[in-house]
Amino acid sequence: MSISPNLVLDARAVNAWFGTMHAVRDVSLEVPVQNVVALIGPSGCGKSTFIRCLNRLHEEVPTARVGGHVFLEGEDIYDTDVDPVVVRRKIGMVFQKANPFPAMSIYENVASGQRLAGITKRALLDETVEKCLRQAVLWDEVKDKLKSPGTSLSGGQQQRLCIARALAVNPPVLLMDEPTSALDPISTAKIEELVMNLKKDVTIVIVTHNMQQAARISDRTAFFLLGERVEYGVTTQIFTNPHDSRTEQYITGRFG
Amino acid sequence: MKRTHLQTLSLRDRRRKLVNIFMQVLLFLAAVLAIFPLLNVFLYVFKQGAPSLNASFFTHLPAAVGEAGGGMANALLGSLTLIFLASAVGVPIGIATGVYLSEYNYGKLPRFLRFTTDLMTSVPSIIVGMFVYAVVVIPMHGFSAYAGGIALAIIMAPFVARTTEEMLKLVPDHIREAGLALGISRWKVIVRIVLKGSLGGVLTGVMLAVARVSGETAPLLFTAFNNKYWARGLNQPTASLPVQIYTYAISPYEDWHHQAWAGALMLVVLVFVLNVFVRLIFVRKGTSV
Repeated sequence: MSISPNLVLDARAVNAWFGTMHAVRDVSLEVPVQNVVALIGPSGCGKSTFIRCLNRLHEEVPTARVGGHVFLEGEDIYDTDVDPVVVRRKIGMVFQKANPFPAMSIYENVASGQRLAGITKRALLDETVEKCLRQAVLWDEVKDKLKSPGTSLSGGQQQRLCIARALAVNPPVLLMDEPTSALDPISTAKIEELVMNLKKDVTIVIVTHNMQQAARISDRTAFFLLGERVEYGVTTQIFTNPHDSRTEQYITGRFG
Repeated sequence: MKRTHLQTLSLRDRRRKLVNIFMQVLLFLAAVLAIFPLLNVFLYVFKQGAPSLNASFFTHLPAAVGEAGGGMANALLGSLTLIFLASAVGVPIGIATGVYLSEYNYGKLPRFLRFTTDLMTSVPSIIVGMFVYAVVVIPMHGFSAYAGGIALAIIMAPFVARTTEEMLKLVPDHIREAGLALGISRWKVIVRIVLKGSLGGVLTGVMLAVARVSGETAPLLFTAFNNKYWARGLNQPTASLPVQIYTYAISPYEDWHHQAWAGALMLVVLVFVLNVFVRLIFVRKGTSV
């Protein structure tokens, strides 16, 4: 099977179920390296479920099932004998609701991925924490209070803390599930800016309800409807010259 | 000055206000009614027990009938031993069960287990004592601290299990997902993130269980039994504060009555000190409890 060398993630005919509910239907998605790929579509169209299949998180839900293949740098993450824990170290995730670990300081939150993987060298952890907090554009705001609880930060800061935490295990891919939908416009702008700066190091797949956001920050956009991927292409083409009439109706605000 | 429309109260409004005040007073009285006996118990125990508390109470064995003085040193140590044994067995089993009920809650088995733990928390403690008498005391040919500890552990474990489960369920699922998404294995997510985050609550449950078994008398009567002297080992009959209090309180001697009160005060203080001590050790600064 030929795999284009610049594809970091390649999902082929992914299907996902909750019990008998068929939430994702035969979705394929090619994600080129150093790209930001946006997934748009109305609520309940399966885009969140789909990205949860990309790091094998969907299967953690009781009664959930997945079918299909997802190639990460050429290797199928759904192959038998692949440990989902190993997959998730390579494919990070940021959630809709900022979820810093309770009872952990800012520092411990960022260091948690490495620490719980057995890395205890202080100098190494210090270095990672600073690097990732800088990448998440949070360092200047928290460098004097690294020992404060992560939950003491504001909502926008907490979300950037979660981004720093996800980056700390050095994943080639970062999934973001509506990371700004609970944030104010200023915090949203900060996160959009850091996403655009981040893509040279990390390939990003982002689910968003905000079409302007998709247009602003993504290189490619996929439109989902009723569990299917309706259309996928370069963002400017999707927003200016969609091939499918349903895509056009959605982006012009006629439904959804 | 003439009242405006907004300032005028209709009959309905007046009634609503009266009902509001009435209900507030009622609730306040109910709260007072609930706390009043409790405060009284403390004050009374303190008043009755404090005069008899002296150095020899902590250092001496019980005196023989008619002899003045004496203490409850052996019962104090015995109670500590029993609580320690019970916690060493009951707390790990309880926490592990609670983790299972909360984190592996799929299918029928957890539901069945939860029902069983609920039943066990409501079993009268004397029945636990009888059970341990039959399965531990008889085969071992004697009363012992082991038997007492096991009886108390059986009472503790389901209690700790249910409080642990409730505390872990308060941790939202998205916290677990954040851990899993970082490539942290499930058991590490449970131990290092979920349990750690609810440590305060879990400890509160453990301390409530400790407080509860510290005062248990019935299950000790035929497991640890009692001892007028120091127990020479964990396989010996062991004195405990509740049993000693019981023995003294039903005796006809004035002197022993005083000792019983002192013992009761000691029991209250013991639970309080244990509670503070455990919190100081386990709960770091800044972690909410």
